[in-house]
Amino acid sequence: MEAKPLMNLSFPIVGGDFTQAGEASSRIKRALQQIGIDPALVRRVAVSTYEAEMNIVIHAWSGELTLTIWPTYIEVVADDKGPGISNLELAMQEGFSTAPDRVRELGFGAGMGLPNIQRSSDELQVDTQVGQGTRVTMKINL
Amino acid sequence: MTLKDIAKILNAQVMCGDAVLDTVIEHAFGADLMSDVLTARGEDTVLLTGLNNVQVLRTAEMLDIRGVVLVRGKRPNEEFLHLADELNMPVLLTSYTLFETCGLLYRAGVKA
Repeated sequence: MEAKPLMNLSFPIVGGDFTQAGEASSRIKRALQQIGIDPALVRRVAVSTYEAEMNIVIHAWSGELTLTIWPTYIEVVADDKGPGISNLELAMQEGFSTAPDRVRELGFGAGMGLPNIQRSSDELQVDTQVGQGTRVTMKINL
Repeated sequence: MTLKDIAKILNAQVMCGDAVLDTVIEHAFGADLMSDVLTARGEDTVLLTGLNNVQVLRTAEMLDIRGVVLVRGKRPNEEFLHLADELNMPVLLTSYTLFETCGLLYRAGVKA
């Protein structure tokens, strides 16, 4: 029998809305705290989720963050409609960024997003199509 | 050391978090780049930064950072204070530069 998710929550993300940026990650973090997940694990999920949310706000037109808790791991999927990533290998390198200057003024856009997600999660998968969008799947083992 | 001690050392104005100034702080992280902050440890840590937008608070929240010090006289706007209040995040303002702030706290025993 296939394992069933213990929890499933989705939050819409609006591209370019820097005022709301981080709210979805905040809700996901609180949901994990409420069910008693270990604080160190919660932090790792929160960092990955927040970087992924910022990526959507910075680069995409719209998107969605989905948290699913499985019996052995936590999965966060950041799915967006956006420009996609034309060179994924470059995007995974620390310091490479296509973000505009106004994003740098907010403390982001230094080419640390995907590398930070990779560091904080146990598994990272990026599926992207130029002109269509990107789906970032992060898994953190319980 | 507590946030209250830090406020004294930095001659800082406390904008939010009066009720939690007894929080014990052992570590500090200083940066204006939030992606750098997101590589830091969070617990028992105070964030020192010259950036004053709400992403500073969101970053601090994700890491369980215990307080935010805005350096070189940066002022938070209404939106910033409102969110700090909501998150129960202490906010201290100092006129020292980031370098001076780091030096003063390091000398007083706050660790990296």
